[in-house]
Amino acid sequence: MLSSASQMHRMLSKYGLVSKQLWEIMHLCHITKCVKAQRMGQSRISILEQLLAEIGMIPIAENHPQMMNNLLSTQYAWDANEEYLFKAMVAFAMRRYSSKSTTQISNVLLCNVTDRVSFWFVVTDSSKNVTTVPGSEVEAAIRMNRNRINNAFLLSDKTLQFLKITSTLSPPVEPSTPVWLIVFGVVLCLIVAGIVFLIISGIRKHKKKNKESTERENLEEKVEVTLENGIPCEALDIKAGHVNGVFAADDERFTSL
Amino acid sequence: MDEEVECSILQCSGHLPQYFALPRRQSKASGCQKGWAGTLRCAVESDTATGAFLIPYFIALLFEGIPLLHLELALGQYLRKGSIGAWNTISAYLGGIGVASWMVSVLISLYYNTVLTWVMWYFINSFQEPLPWSVCPLNENRTGFNEECYESTAVNYFWYRKTLNITPDIAESGRLQWWLILCLAACWAIVYLCTIRGIETTGKAIYVTAIFPYLVLTIFLIQGLTLPGATEGLIYLFTPNLSTLKNPRVWLDAATQIFFSLSLGFGGLIAFASYNPTKNDCEKDAVTVAIVNSMTSLYASIPVFSVLGFKATTAYWDCLDRNIINIINEFDLPEESIMRQNYTSWISFLNSSYPEKIAGLKLKSCDLQEFLDQSVSGTGLAFIVFTQAIILMPGSQAWAILFFIMLFSLGLSSMFGNIEGVFTPLLELQIVPKSAPKELLSGIICLISFLIALCFTLGSGSYWIDIFDRYASSVPLLVIAFFEVIGVVYIYKINRFSKDVEWMTGRKLNLYWQITWRFISPLLLLIVFTAFVTLQLQKPPSYTAWNPKYEGFPMKEEKVYPPWVQAICVLLVALPCMCLPLAALFHLVKQKRRSKDPSLVPSEVFSCQGANINFSHPKE
Repeated sequence: MLSSASQMHRMLSKYGLVSKQLWEIMHLCHITKCVKAQRMGQSRISILEQLLAEIGMIPIAENHPQMMNNLLSTQYAWDANEEYLFKAMVAFAMRRYSSKSTTQISNVLLCNVTDRVSFWFVVTDSSKNVTTVPGSEVEAAIRMNRNRINNAFLLSDKTLQFLKITSTLSPPVEPSTPVWLIVFGVVLCLIVAGIVFLIISGIRKHKKKNKESTERENLEEKVEVTLENGIPCEALDIKAGHVNGVFAADDERFTSL
Repeated sequence: MDEEVECSILQCSGHLPQYFALPRRQSKASGCQKGWAGTLRCAVESDTATGAFLIPYFIALLFEGIPLLHLELALGQYLRKGSIGAWNTISAYLGGIGVASWMVSVLISLYYNTVLTWVMWYFINSFQEPLPWSVCPLNENRTGFNEECYESTAVNYFWYRKTLNITPDIAESGRLQWWLILCLAACWAIVYLCTIRGIETTGKAIYVTAIFPYLVLTIFLIQGLTLPGATEGLIYLFTPNLSTLKNPRVWLDAATQIFFSLSLGFGGLIAFASYNPTKNDCEKDAVTVAIVNSMTSLYASIPVFSVLGFKATTAYWDCLDRNIINIINEFDLPEESIMRQNYTSWISFLNSSYPEKIAGLKLKSCDLQEFLDQSVSGTGLAFIVFTQAIILMPGSQAWAILFFIMLFSLGLSSMFGNIEGVFTPLLELQIVPKSAPKELLSGIICLISFLIALCFTLGSGSYWIDIFDRYASSVPLLVIAFFEVIGVVYIYKINRFSKDVEWMTGRKLNLYWQITWRFISPLLLLIVFTAFVTLQLQKPPSYTAWNPKYEGFPMKEEKVYPPWVQAICVLLVALPCMCLPLAALFHLVKQKRRSKDPSLVPSEVFSCQGANINFSHPKE
């Protein structure tokens, strides 16, 4: 930890930003050990390196939030070039947000980079004599450009996490009519069609049976007329085929013993 | 086709062979269908669905299920009547058994269709991408997820909030949920469609609802066995944890499960068997139905348990992964230093070297056995556990659609049996004039049932369904079955019944039937009944409520039923059971009045004392 702070010191001095005050504040950075970043992981991705760093904002004022940067590298190793890209993205975000083109890559300082790629970073304002940009501004800038930063690193909101910057979740796509109503409508139409079909066929069968039974009744009446004439058997004999057919049909309707 | 109903009652043997062929296959199919419904119910009540459950299940099957099944089938086949007519024939004092069966069928068909409503709701929601129970909805300012959903799981949220919109207490009824009303109407319309002309349409529908679940279950079996963790689930199924057998609740559940599974005591079996030809071998039918039923239950439990094993394994892995991340964060270790395999060794090492740090992390203990043991009671298995497992499978929409169609056809075939049990006695008692078309009668029954079942779509509806499930479908069946056995064995006299069965099947009744019918079955039923009553009286009946404002949320809150609800529970049990003494009393009063007035000739001559073998010619 100490070595990285001294590294930081060296870097700062290179850019002429060192002042005793700043150095003490930097020192404060790694003494006030801030909460470790939480790696939200889908551990199922093949991870080449995992970088978790703790980043804290140097407390200029009490209400400065602490930021953490959490990087999960899936396809690349985290080296100085990636750090450079990160600094560039933060500078880009600051430029877009405040629309003044004074923020340089050198204004973004990383400290406490650990093996797990988590680090604190700070944006200084060179125009105002080595003061740091307030946390809320940096927060807002990053929030505005979150998408671009994520895409630069081929990461997502889950794998590149800034502490204290909650992402606005996109709402799920809602179709105008809920899908289930459509499916329900289809099912109901099928059912109603089936019911109507069955009822109509039932009514038709009923009508056909009624017609048949009235026809049969007519035949029976004729038979009865013949039966009432004298000797039934002879009458039956005369009307043989006709009458037998009716009786035979009648027979089948009764149950056999 | 009015003839076919008349034939069943008037016994035209052999003149309409096609009608007997169809219902004969159907009586086997219907037994199997109930077996499916039993699987659904058994799978649904997974707190007893463990390996040890198989032991009391098979004992109950052997000494209770098969004897009673044979009894009912033989009775229906011999007497050629539905349940009310059959029991009136055995003894006029026992006519109440038929009425009690009818009442139980009515109560069950009321609530059972609501379960189908839920299945249909999930089915029509399965056509979306992503599945609605896989993601939590966002809260108002879109910064995070809905709180209730976040605390519990998305699956729980979809079930309790989006589907049931459940109230935190049974006394609060909430509002009618319009989406459930739509689905309920659709379900009752489907039931009407399939039972519109009674047995005729039901018989055709059963072919679909019987074959289809087998197909889907086979597909699930293949898929389930390829999932990781399936073997753990199967080992869990087949290794009996014998300590659970000490709990009398398990035995009770096995006994009542058999009833539901084989649809004993509903009156439907007697009705179905009355369509069979007289010389049908009912003994073979009974044994075949029972065995096929058990085999299908076993066959169904294999994919169920492999999916459960898969779900438990995934939950276990997630738990491990969360712990691993916490540890890696805390100790700044490189990634992939701790894997699932060496997790335990790392934990022991870290515990010995940095115990305070580890304690500060508050790691959850991950135990695979615990995840496998996690019991979800009630309808939770299908709608919570399985839906969660389906999300994890690739191609989840297809699996969800298949699964819910299968559940639907299973439940639908049970509904056929129930509706038949309601329909046939009404026709028998000739409450409705013969000229009225059957379509009208079934339409009226479905409409009335739909209107009554609307109260299950209230916010507190699922609590009421649990009550109906626990009380209306367990105890009355025990009582009915007990009196059935006693009635046939001791009032009709078993010797006469043996002769009847012998005439039908052509063989003498062997010792197994004699012993079980005479002694074992009634004794077992009595023991189960007294055990049930004792257990119920030991502590006040309670239920678990889903209350987001509860401190222990997402655990469910344990509450006691208020007294008016307890009164309704007692009523549900008492209503069918009261039919038995009431009918006997009614008959007694009628006899007394008739004996006082000698001019009246007794119209029911068939109290069967000394009936001859050609009993198949009942009165016109």
